[in-house]
Amino acid sequence: MEMFMEYFWAFVIGGGFCLIGQLLIDLTKLTPARILVIYVIAGVVLGGCGVYKPLVDFAGAGATVPLTGFGYALAEGVKTAVQEDGLLGAFTGGFTAGAAGLTAAVVFGLIVARCFKRGDKMS
Amino acid sequence: MKMTNTEYDELTKKHSPNTKLYLTLPKAFVIGGLICCLGQALFNLYTYLGMTEMNARSVTSITLIFFSALLTGLKLYDKIAKHGGAGTLVPITGFANSVVSPALEFKTEGFILGTAAKMFIIAGPVIVYGIVTSVLYGIILYIFQIMQ
Amino acid sequence: MSNLIKDGTINLPTSPSIASYAAAAGKKEGEGPLANCFDYIADDVSLGENSWEKSESKLQQYAFTNALSKGNFSETDIDFLFAGDLLNQCVASAYGARDTSIPFFGLFGACSTMAESLSLASIFVDSGTAINAAAVTSSHFCSAERQFRLPVNYGGQRTPTAQWTATAAGCAIVSPHGAPPYVKAVTVGKIKDMGVTDANNMGAAMATAAYDTISRHLANTEQSVDSFDLILTGDLGQVGSDILIELFQKDNVDISDKHNDCGLMLYDLKKQDVHAGGSGCGCSASVLCGHILPEIAKGNLKNVLFAATGALMSPTIVQQGESIPGISHAVHISAF
Repeated sequence: MEMFMEYFWAFVIGGGFCLIGQLLIDLTKLTPARILVIYVIAGVVLGGCGVYKPLVDFAGAGATVPLTGFGYALAEGVKTAVQEDGLLGAFTGGFTAGAAGLTAAVVFGLIVARCFKRGDKMS
Repeated sequence: MKMTNTEYDELTKKHSPNTKLYLTLPKAFVIGGLICCLGQALFNLYTYLGMTEMNARSVTSITLIFFSALLTGLKLYDKIAKHGGAGTLVPITGFANSVVSPALEFKTEGFILGTAAKMFIIAGPVIVYGIVTSVLYGIILYIFQIMQ
Repeated sequence: MSNLIKDGTINLPTSPSIASYAAAAGKKEGEGPLANCFDYIADDVSLGENSWEKSESKLQQYAFTNALSKGNFSETDIDFLFAGDLLNQCVASAYGARDTSIPFFGLFGACSTMAESLSLASIFVDSGTAINAAAVTSSHFCSAERQFRLPVNYGGQRTPTAQWTATAAGCAIVSPHGAPPYVKAVTVGKIKDMGVTDANNMGAAMATAAYDTISRHLANTEQSVDSFDLILTGDLGQVGSDILIELFQKDNVDISDKHNDCGLMLYDLKKQDVHAGGSGCGCSASVLCGHILPEIAKGNLKNVLFAATGALMSPTIVQQGESIPGISHAVHISAF
């Protein structure tokens, strides 16, 4: 049952983030790129205020998989780095925390570009 | 025809169909929710295999990005996204798609000026503003630290 | 000898003939309601080329060579080539014509280019400047998408007002003598901007241009809507067509039973998921050259006012926050 609730909340909170995003797409003139920027900034800000951590504890991947989770990771990374390295940490913490995601996107992007044919959207 | 731009704007609105929210919202919710559940399953698997919570989160992100890159390469991600909307945009998989799709699209202009240079045409702003906000946060934290 | 009536409307007293015409289309267009009208359908929209720009050039070449052979023309018979497309610097046309040695005019009128090129070709022939002149235009979904919007495999949702850029090309060859259809008059479009900034609602951006050109053509030639069997706009789509009809209604003119739109004819809007309809230079070009001109030649249509419309936008200037100007050129094509 505990297992089920874990997935249930991941689904509901994660879906909820997407639902808000869909409202922004459909009801405003915001382009996808702008929405993603808003999400990542919101993640950093909420992470910084300490609001996002309880949500991660509660909803797990429902809070970490949406792009706000990426922003939260940046904020957490900076927090740790500043504690260890002072002002330098403000400059190293973000990329350190985001390294896995960014590197994966770059590497897989290059591999896919190398190995796959471009699509034509005809079917 | 005597018409101001405002009047014309109203005429345009009258004839422009709206998005069917009763379709787009549930689809975004369900597809986005499912991607997060997949993330949860991967996270549970990696912690079960003995990873620390932090590492498990990172490897979960890497795995989701891998799936998204693969689906983009197979021309399936955009088909799912047509229904998913924000459900496939907001999760980290959407970020990956926004990196991989231009990399694939612009390879006709070469691997340097095409694939590599265009890789961040959509995701670039996310990284720029994410990092800049985190630096600001870091500076604020630092100021608090020395004040204490 | 062609002469200006007034305010952009040019009379062509010799009524040059559209002696030959052909249309080429992609897979999706080849599955639409006009499937039987095309001279060539590309099942593989790359047409064996390694870039979408080159694929589009090839599609344009197919339309041109088909039009040549259908009219028993050889390349040397063509005195001038008027060609255009949507791509930056009109590369699809330039590279499409690279292997020919025909004097070349490259045109940009966005999706109105078929009417623009046909107008110029007809005026050249009518004035005796050319014996035979060809008008050819094309568009390609993938080359347009990467230039104007996002990578083809980016997962984005299209809005309900968005239009689908046609993968298609059309070519018309104008000669002094020949069988119908004949070009009677043209009205050159003016740039019209009603402050529409939504690049996903180009029908709205173009509808006023169509309204202006059509009403000027009717007024300048002292004709009414009843003089025509068909008023054919080029890719206003559903939204733009509805706006156009309402704009005429405000003048107490009902065009609804005379009007059709190339963007609504090329696809099955319900089944083919193209939202508000088709667009792109190839849309009106292929509908005109594949469907309308043959219908006029057969006598099923007598007088057609072909008013192709274009949204003269570039991603750069839309990002700068500017609104989107529209243009529409009208060509009166007749069976007599």
